[in-house]
Amino acid sequence: MTTAARRLHAEQRRAPAAGSFDVERVRADFPILQQKVHGKPLVYLDNAATSQKPRAVIDAIVRYYEGTNANIHRGVHYLSETATADYERARQTAQRFINAPHAHEVIFVRGTTEGINLVAQTFGRAQVQSGDEVLITAMEHHSNIVPWQILCAEKGAKLRIAPINDQGELLLEEFERLLGPRTKLAAVTHVSNALGTINPLKRMIELAHAHGVPVLVDGAQAVPHMQVDVQALDCDFYTFSGHKVYGPTGIGVLHGKSALLDAMPPYQGGGDMISSVTFEKTSYNKLPYKFEAGTPDIAGVIGLGAALTYVNGLGIGNIGAHEHDLLVYATDAVSSIPGVRVIGTAKEKAGVVSFVIEGVHPHDIGTILDQEGIAIRTGHHCSQPLMERFGIPATARASFAAYNTRQEVDALVRGIGKVREVFA
Amino acid sequence: MSDLRDLYQDVILEHSKTPRNYGELPAANHKAEGFNPLCGDRFTVYVTLDGDVVRDISFQGSGCAISKASASMMTQSVKGKTLAEAEKIFERFHEMVTGHSPATENEPGLGKLTVFSGVSEFPVRVKCATLAWHTLNAALEGKQDAVSTE
Repeated sequence: MTTAARRLHAEQRRAPAAGSFDVERVRADFPILQQKVHGKPLVYLDNAATSQKPRAVIDAIVRYYEGTNANIHRGVHYLSETATADYERARQTAQRFINAPHAHEVIFVRGTTEGINLVAQTFGRAQVQSGDEVLITAMEHHSNIVPWQILCAEKGAKLRIAPINDQGELLLEEFERLLGPRTKLAAVTHVSNALGTINPLKRMIELAHAHGVPVLVDGAQAVPHMQVDVQALDCDFYTFSGHKVYGPTGIGVLHGKSALLDAMPPYQGGGDMISSVTFEKTSYNKLPYKFEAGTPDIAGVIGLGAALTYVNGLGIGNIGAHEHDLLVYATDAVSSIPGVRVIGTAKEKAGVVSFVIEGVHPHDIGTILDQEGIAIRTGHHCSQPLMERFGIPATARASFAAYNTRQEVDALVRGIGKVREVFA
Repeated sequence: MSDLRDLYQDVILEHSKTPRNYGELPAANHKAEGFNPLCGDRFTVYVTLDGDVVRDISFQGSGCAISKASASMMTQSVKGKTLAEAEKIFERFHEMVTGHSPATENEPGLGKLTVFSGVSEFPVRVKCATLAWHTLNAALEGKQDAVSTE
């Protein structure tokens, strides 16, 4: 066993829940997985980019469009009432999923990117002034870098970056050192999309709060894989995307503490976000509607609700344990191949194996694996500064979901063998 | 199924491992940087233009096997050519890799570049094969900004 795999074995406590998770039954729930690609069974290992959708989600969307399609929050007729009830029920499902104290703190957005932009453009523009600072980490996705750069450029504020070590772990003491009197917000990822690192979020939030700094969490890569409890974390904002947790694209959630959301100016103006409008003055609607201007993605919200219900049925703990088993198995197998190096070897990791092969560009790895029916992501993973930190232009990344199997990891390993053959 | 060997021909693999005309060209009077933001490929092309003849050419940077081999073989194929001749080669090369007009065997204008004909079976890789050529164009047109495939 390799050092990286041994570290994972020794230091993570989650044991696979033997017998409680039937992966073949899970696979049967996902119509797309039954197909062949280039004549080979599809091996879908690009879950950190987006997950596949179970029949339950697809059916919920079809049911809405076939049976209950109507605009919400304004009709008195049957369809509108039904659609409104379904929409609001999905909000409650999302609320319970992240253990938010109130449903009105759950705001539907297009995805994590919009969640972050919403906070940057409302909370950020109101709170961050010239000379202030916003703190992020070196492992952020571009979506948790660029909105803050735009804000900082507009306000004359400074973006500070907490560094990481060679394993891809945050340097917590550096993070604390960068929390200063001018820090107005810390915006940090829960799990790194490119490396799989799970950040010590609870501790980071405690440190930030000790300095009076609120914290926004990019939860895009965490919510599909682990229990998230925003009350236990005590985060101020938490945002995630539906499509990475078996839901549709174009829908996500921003959770914020009521006091902060109440004080924030609205994000977009329009219908549904007002309580009264005259040409002289508009008063805004209460939470969460203040932040949901216009007709929302009703089908998306209903699909997201179905996805979270599906995950509840499998048990997020069971999914996490299953993925952890795959992570350990794959880390061991992949890093044992000569010439292959795993990038990101943190002690605490989600199901992501990012790797490079000596003398082979990741783009070529991706093309050759695709010919074997294996879908992985290759490139900079929207984390160019992180790639620079490791001195590489790109990596190949395999990332796991509930429906992946050890046999698929074996196929990946054979595929890497094929890459090495071509480039021998 | 498209055969991988059509894409990764030995000549291409060999050029990607030992690229020709690689490195800076101190005497260059034209240069440009090309960038593929999707995969991070980045090359600089240096040209010494003598009248309308490409007297010398080199490239430097990092990228996948296809983009690197394409840059390497491009430098060989345009060195000593006039601008009009180089442009004609790129035109044919572009038609070939995009699948608009397949190359005939030993097509005189293309020469060894016909090894890239397999690229047309892999549409997402066309940008890899053409990055160096777009960068050469930018260098000759004297563009200041880095060219991007996007």
